[in-house]
Amino acid sequence: MNVKALLLALLLPMQAVAQGFAGLGAAVDDFAVPLPGRALEFPADHGAHPAYRIEWWYLTANMTGPDGTPYGLQWTLFRSALAPQDGEGWETPQLWMGHAAVTTPEAHVVAERLARGGIGQAGVVADPFAAWIDDWAMEGPDFDNLRLRASGAEFAYDVALTATGPLIRHGQDGYSVKSAAGQASYYYSQPFFDLKGTLTLPEGAVPVTGRAWLDREWSSQPLAADQTGWDWFSLSFDTGDKMMGFILRGDTDYTAATWISADGQATPYPDGAFAAAPLAWHEVAGRRVPTGWQVRLPDRGVDVTVTALNPDAWMATSVPYWEGPVTISGSHGGVGYLEMTGYDD
Amino acid sequence: MSIGLNGAILSALASHWWRNPMQLLTLLAGLALATALWSGVQAINAEARASYDAAAATLGEGQFAQITARDGGAIAQETYVALRRAGWAVSPVVEGRLDGVRLIGLEPLTAPGGLGPVRADSGADLGAFLAGAGQIFAQAETLARLPDTGAQGVASPDVAPNTALTDIGLAQRLLGRAGQIDRLIVAPQQPLTRVPLAEVAPDLIQSAPQDGGDIAQLTDSFHLNLTAFGLLSFAVGLFIVHGAIGLAFEQRRPMVRTLRALGAPLWRLIALMAVELAVLALVAGLIGVGLGYVIAAALLPDVAATLRGLYGADVAGQLSLRPAWWLSGLAIAVGGTAVAAFGALWSLARMPLLSGRQARAMGMGRSQRVQSVAALVLLILSGGLALWGQGLVAGFVMLGALLIGGALALPPLLARGLMLAEARARRPVAQWFWADTRQQVPGLSLALMALMLAMAANVGVSTMVSSFRLTFTGFLDQRLASELYVSAADQAQAEAIIALATQEAQAILPLLSTDATVAGLPVQIYGARDHATYRDNWQFLQAEPSVWDALARGEGVLVNEQLYRRAGLDLGAMVPVGAGVTLPVLGIYGDYGNPIGQVIVTEDLFRAQFPAITALRFGLRTDPARVDPLRAALRERAGVPETAMVDQAAIKAMSLAVFERTFTVTTALNVLTLAVAGFAILMSLLTLAAMRLPQLAPVWALGLTRRRLAGLDLIRAVVLAALTGALALPLGLALAWALLAVVNVEAFGWRLPMYLFPLDYLRLGLLALLAAALAALWPAWRLSRIPPAQLLGVFRHER
Repeated sequence: MNVKALLLALLLPMQAVAQGFAGLGAAVDDFAVPLPGRALEFPADHGAHPAYRIEWWYLTANMTGPDGTPYGLQWTLFRSALAPQDGEGWETPQLWMGHAAVTTPEAHVVAERLARGGIGQAGVVADPFAAWIDDWAMEGPDFDNLRLRASGAEFAYDVALTATGPLIRHGQDGYSVKSAAGQASYYYSQPFFDLKGTLTLPEGAVPVTGRAWLDREWSSQPLAADQTGWDWFSLSFDTGDKMMGFILRGDTDYTAATWISADGQATPYPDGAFAAAPLAWHEVAGRRVPTGWQVRLPDRGVDVTVTALNPDAWMATSVPYWEGPVTISGSHGGVGYLEMTGYDD
Repeated sequence: MSIGLNGAILSALASHWWRNPMQLLTLLAGLALATALWSGVQAINAEARASYDAAAATLGEGQFAQITARDGGAIAQETYVALRRAGWAVSPVVEGRLDGVRLIGLEPLTAPGGLGPVRADSGADLGAFLAGAGQIFAQAETLARLPDTGAQGVASPDVAPNTALTDIGLAQRLLGRAGQIDRLIVAPQQPLTRVPLAEVAPDLIQSAPQDGGDIAQLTDSFHLNLTAFGLLSFAVGLFIVHGAIGLAFEQRRPMVRTLRALGAPLWRLIALMAVELAVLALVAGLIGVGLGYVIAAALLPDVAATLRGLYGADVAGQLSLRPAWWLSGLAIAVGGTAVAAFGALWSLARMPLLSGRQARAMGMGRSQRVQSVAALVLLILSGGLALWGQGLVAGFVMLGALLIGGALALPPLLARGLMLAEARARRPVAQWFWADTRQQVPGLSLALMALMLAMAANVGVSTMVSSFRLTFTGFLDQRLASELYVSAADQAQAEAIIALATQEAQAILPLLSTDATVAGLPVQIYGARDHATYRDNWQFLQAEPSVWDALARGEGVLVNEQLYRRAGLDLGAMVPVGAGVTLPVLGIYGDYGNPIGQVIVTEDLFRAQFPAITALRFGLRTDPARVDPLRAALRERAGVPETAMVDQAAIKAMSLAVFERTFTVTTALNVLTLAVAGFAILMSLLTLAAMRLPQLAPVWALGLTRRRLAGLDLIRAVVLAALTGALALPLGLALAWALLAVVNVEAFGWRLPMYLFPLDYLRLGLLALLAAALAALWPAWRLSRIPPAQLLGVFRHER
């Protein structure tokens, strides 16, 4: 059995393009559906929501080494439910998938882990916070002080994260609409982590410092049937302000954005306020992917060029996508992360 | 008009078969038998491969390192989770019997790639496999034997027989072993950082991937035998078909001439004859594939038993109809007919409009010369390839040239031999007998060639299999001289084994080895203790005098045949051993079934050169009767698990059982090919019977009775078979040599010594004589009963 191919077909049951990237447009069945007006509760909502089909704990970081070399790292834990229950033992229908990557200007190394829920191999506990799969973990006494670890055949990292600002709720207090048809997810972020730690690369250990951004999202049907993928930007400007924006590509594109001021005030922007257009395309893993973008949020005077640090930051995982650090120039300077899904070969 | 013409030509063509039903039968039967042998052998091969592909897929864990409990018991599920959380990429397996069926539980998310029951392209659904009532994958007959588990049964021909695969959670529940794991498969790729096994789970030990080299090569060799047999059988059949088609065309020459004189265009005649042959080939092919199925079904239980011996796994003893070999059987029948008919159609196309019956008879002398030249060219080509050829393809081309050249050389050699006999004959009847025999050689030559190929194939393949057996069992005796082999998990256990064996065993031989590079090739360097075990048992392909004494003094090294051949390290060549030490080759030993090179040095030298390496494997010498107590002592007092001990007698018994099965199959195929050749002789004799009357009638008129004539015919068949057999023996031995010394070297990297088995050849010769005599019996009986009026008719004017 080709486990990886199976997973592609099954872990995220994608049966047709019409159901969106990685099956995220699949029917809801018995799963719970995000509703507007539900206030997020912490620390409980840091934990898992097994009644929803899909959920992730998604951390990206822009870092520099002692010689000024820029680095990027990613740590993601996905939860995917075959049925809306949780429990003990192998029968538990919760599946877990971890993705970790380190990006340098020259290299991009990736690792993936898969695990069953219910036996202790992977899971998330809200308080004290712990999210883990195998030896990978993001855990700490509370959500503001975390230790993050992962290892692959070619790399490992172990870094400390300290929050210096508040949690940010996207959309309507965390209810983030994803299409004109009303598909939505719960979505909040912690974009204010200071990072300090060590990357272990084939060349040796590298001490790094930088900034990290953690995204939390869960839903049961986050995509509309016609939506085939998305381009997602998390940008940290030199001014201390930050911006999250995405385009969901479908029959008509759907965009949304959140402006996060340096003092932690969040302002959501509805469909159409945010715009991004490809400037440069790059071929990686047999696909053409836009790795240079013009990104605009006119309401905040943002008109910047976003360029990949390493255009080969392809995540050759069960469900493949592009994810890597970017640099920002134009009306604002800064660094950030770009995620692009649904670019089929 | 056109349809009318086609119809007329077709009915004229068909009328030949109506008048000569025996010829039609020969053609169909020859082609069908050839196809049957080919497709039967292919079916056995395909089934065998499919069976152990399935076995390998099911038992494919062997390719990975494994972690088991030191005491051989179960591993707690918490230990598995602890290992995963310590960075170990391991996957759990639980196994047990459920109503006699071997039930294996796997964890598909962590299992290394390629391992497990489900194929993505078969529309499998991981959701159904993991959640809800679950799924069980097995062959349909295995599913039928399972109790009702509530899980969905999925028929999967790729799972090994009597084995069922399911998710570990369901397997634990069905086996009543919640929370228990039997072993952990270690993925080949591990993370950069992980905690040592001894810190996470001191009760577990890791074992290296199984080295399946010997068995893989044994089975490869088994398949090479079968494939060679299949090809040779088909070649035998091809000669029959060639003969039958040639005869049919020859006899229809006057009819073709008449049709053309009546205005039928040549190209249309040829096209219609080709269509006619294609239809006959398809019919014969279908019959042949069906017959092949019967042959395969009859032989398969033995093949299955062979494979069960090899893998210790269940292998289906039943054939499933695979479209691939139905199609390949039909293709080979049609293709073979095309090859056989090409010459006949070609000569028809070039036939002058008014050519007469004599055309062929006159051309006979010339065509025999052409045949002799072709035979010579092919044999020279074969010899050239044997000397200078490179690669497996050259090896097979050489085999083909040898066989066809040998077959083509048969009629001229027979004619020469019979001429000699004729010259020595004094009495008139004897003189006539030899002359008449020689005169019949052209008509019988194709059948005799078929007989010769069948005999040569049998001599060749039997010699190869028997030589392989002698060599391999000798090699096992040499290599497995110690009564018991023990692997230690770590240094502490190694010391415990040494302490125990020093008291309980007669001798302890540490097996020290390290990887190195010699002449750019990967090799293993072994340190051998100077002990009578080696001196008494090891045989060399080449060696200096008193090689063991010189080795013990550290004056040189031994290398295996693979290294000798690949790196060209002859006796005296210098081999680097560790840092700054280079020693000459003292001896070269056969090392069958090992893919890479080996260098053996003395134990002292090894320990001096590689002080960091300590022995974890040991050969223990003891009284064979003491093996079991020694095993028990090692298990109980040194904590060595059963899986870490190998009993030499068990390995030998298994290997010999495999060879016995191979022989059964080989013998059965021997008899079948001879039967096909015998059939070819029968058909040729029946065809010749009518044509020979003009030659027999005068001898009868001179006073030889019909009984006497029939008796002489019988003797003639036996004499021809004996002569053919005498010529087939060198050809068969050349074939065996080619298989052992050329094809085997190219395929596996080592050369098998060739042994001769005169008694086997004698038995085979007698079988061939018997086949020929049986084939001649009916024509002879018919001759003894022929009405005198028919013989007299020869002298009538209007014959």
